Amino acid sequence: MSKTITIDGQAIPFEEGQTIIEAATDAGVYIPHLCHNPDYTPHGSCKLCTVKVNGRNCSACTFPAMEGQDITNISKELNDDREKITQMLFVEGNHFCPSCEKTGNCQLQGVGYYLNMKDNHFPHFFANRELDASHPDILIDHNRCIFCNLCVRASQETDGKNVFAISGRGINKKLIVNSITGQLKDSDINVDDRAAHICPTGAILIKRTGYSVPIGERVYDSKKIDAVSLKKEQS
Amino acid sequence: MQQFIEELLRKNDFQAERLLMVLHDIQAEYQCISTEAIECLAVGLNIERTQIISVVEFYSFFHLTPRGRYEVLFSDSITDHLLGKHALMAYFAEKMQVAIGAVRADGLVSLNNTACTGLCDQGPAILINGRAIANITQQKIDVIAALIEQQVPVTDWSAEILEVNDNILKTNLLLDHEISHGDALTAAFKRGLTETLAEIELSKLRGRGGAGFGTAMKWRFCAEEAEQERYVVCNADEGEPGTFKDRVLLNCYAHQVFEGMTLCAATIKAKQGFLYLRGEYLHLYADLLAILAIRREQGLLGKNIQQQGFDFDIEIRLGAGAYICGEESALIESLEGKRGIPRNRPPYPVSQGYLQKPTVVNNVETFLAAAKIAVVGGQAFADLGSKKSGGTKLLSISGDCQRAGIYEYPFGTQISQILQDCGAEDVLGVQVGGPSGTFISNQEFERQISFEDLSTGGSFIIFNHSRDILQVVKNFTHFFAEESCGFCTPCRVGTSLLKKQVDKITEGHGSAGDVIALQELCQLVKNNSHCGLGQTAANPILTTLERYPELYESQLKKISFEPGFDLDASLATARRLANRDDAAAHLAQVEQDYE
Repeated sequence: MSKTITIDGQAIPFEEGQTIIEAATDAGVYIPHLCHNPDYTPHGSCKLCTVKVNGRNCSACTFPAMEGQDITNISKELNDDREKITQMLFVEGNHFCPSCEKTGNCQLQGVGYYLNMKDNHFPHFFANRELDASHPDILIDHNRCIFCNLCVRASQETDGKNVFAISGRGINKKLIVNSITGQLKDSDINVDDRAAHICPTGAILIKRTGYSVPIGERVYDSKKIDAVSLKKEQS
Repeated sequence: MQQFIEELLRKNDFQAERLLMVLHDIQAEYQCISTEAIECLAVGLNIERTQIISVVEFYSFFHLTPRGRYEVLFSDSITDHLLGKHALMAYFAEKMQVAIGAVRADGLVSLNNTACTGLCDQGPAILINGRAIANITQQKIDVIAALIEQQVPVTDWSAEILEVNDNILKTNLLLDHEISHGDALTAAFKRGLTETLAEIELSKLRGRGGAGFGTAMKWRFCAEEAEQERYVVCNADEGEPGTFKDRVLLNCYAHQVFEGMTLCAATIKAKQGFLYLRGEYLHLYADLLAILAIRREQGLLGKNIQQQGFDFDIEIRLGAGAYICGEESALIESLEGKRGIPRNRPPYPVSQGYLQKPTVVNNVETFLAAAKIAVVGGQAFADLGSKKSGGTKLLSISGDCQRAGIYEYPFGTQISQILQDCGAEDVLGVQVGGPSGTFISNQEFERQISFEDLSTGGSFIIFNHSRDILQVVKNFTHFFAEESCGFCTPCRVGTSLLKKQVDKITEGHGSAGDVIALQELCQLVKNNSHCGLGQTAANPILTTLERYPELYESQLKKISFEPGFDLDASLATARRLANRDDAAAHLAQVEQDYE
């Protein structure tokens, strides 16, 4: 008999070694997330996937599923906090959806829609962030980086490289590029690398591919992120 | 430079784990970690240059661009503020003609702030090229300024200037006598290691860093791991503002601390231990190395310790200015030569710690107490404390009192007793356990120091009625924003938002809903953060808001909305550009009609 955890009253089977989010995804239960991607080592930094496990807040993407866990995923309290955390990501960087090529395909935006986020709530930081357009095929707009670490992990774990890293501390945290000049053109990234395509926001974009799908016909223009995410991430 | 670095790396066995130690030496030589140094290190240590850059940019004592040949840092703890830090720093800046946050044009001196230096009982304090200098006065600044202008190396400055006092003012079981070298080990081997662990269990000793996990249980969990390679780590990253007991212990009782570590190693069968010493305590480093050498000579470290066929040694690694490294998993990351980012748990350090091997991390005071318990037995220790808190606790007492220093109290001692002993009068409140702890008002002095009531890592800061609680809260809130590692969203963004919101209110720009907004934000950061730093960062606000709600409300404007920043000040650049200063180029903060 397989072991089970309970999420919002529903019994969910899991295999030994699975995290809560992995078990949930396999069972068709969506837990909001941004830094998690089933292809990569769990990171646990965005905190959107925070669930209550036996009354205690845990990150579903890193916390192991264990027999007998009673988990709350959907509640007003949790979703209110998730909305505020999403708003934090919006005010920390400079996210101007209408002028961003990623609009409609952006997971940050998708999560915002899902959580019914209507404004940014918090004061903006107006962070002074740079653009790295040095590479012939790939653009980095640091204004939109949410430090999910996915490009870092994809470069290491799929591409077998080490193009990206996170540097700085606290609110001065930043994405850096592994090259002598610090510019992307001098790194060993290739346009076909997974790291160049994995960004959930518009921080890493492929040049000369913009607007091939018109606004209004993009992923989250018609579908909600829970359905899209489950379809993509179910093993 | 290449030759210097190659030699340095050879001295460090080309171990990437020793990256912070290597960076300390490079920075001492060249005032920064240059691109050239980074490239050399990346090749020499066979690690990515980005790992080095990210480490340099993480720790506040490392820099990519040069600081002054004399890097002067003023301790920014609230206790330094109480002792007149601001005026003294301004005096220094004026005297040396250097701006705060800048390097003087000739490159001789730079000036900035740093987090609490652990000299709260003898502040204001500064660090110059990493060396601590206590009891700063104008006269002392005059002397220091002259030494800097004459370019005398800090190591050649007089002992009087570099003097740091212990100020042990009340002793009990732990501080009455240091055990004789080897006594704890002899007693433990004689009694049996299993039996000694049982004594530690009986003593009810719990971690003294603040979290209070049962020491015997932690050692046992680690010893029961299947993996045989195990480590002992002593957490001497005493960063909680207002705490300085570990500095004193390492200055006066280091033998006993090392003996406690050795006892732990014998118990869990570890061969290697580390003392993680906060960078601010560089002044203790040389003496501690000498003590380790003595212990090797005495057969208390090294091979076949006390002829028991037990091998163990201790290495000291320095931190570099990061409060977060007091968190045990962040400390382990730092020990491995990385940024101090707290790990996801489980797994816990007892099963996967240093290099993913089972590791016991304990506070300095915990090891000191464990060694004592091995000698005197568990019951004698437990008898001193309260029901759930065995033994005594060392307090670092500072702030508004006549006798600041180290006090040892049995758990269960009342706050009123402590205040009487240290000569505190006209007390408004006490910050127990540092910024991450609790602010108690003068209506609560019958409360007790214990895990059941007021839990503390040792920080005890007293404020009298002349102090402004909101300024205290502001200092603590800024501290957390500065020290957040940035890993998780709620703490990274939340601590900075808390800082903005507290500033808005204390600077008089708060309006009707702002205290409620502050309270909501506090709960958000507390409930969703990854580690203890974020989970406690709102405590200064929450514990004072609970006690003095009227104080916060009185700061608010009687209007429904006010801009969160100074409108007129924000126009300063525009006025300068337009070369205007007439009435129409100024803006009122609030339209008169709405007041």
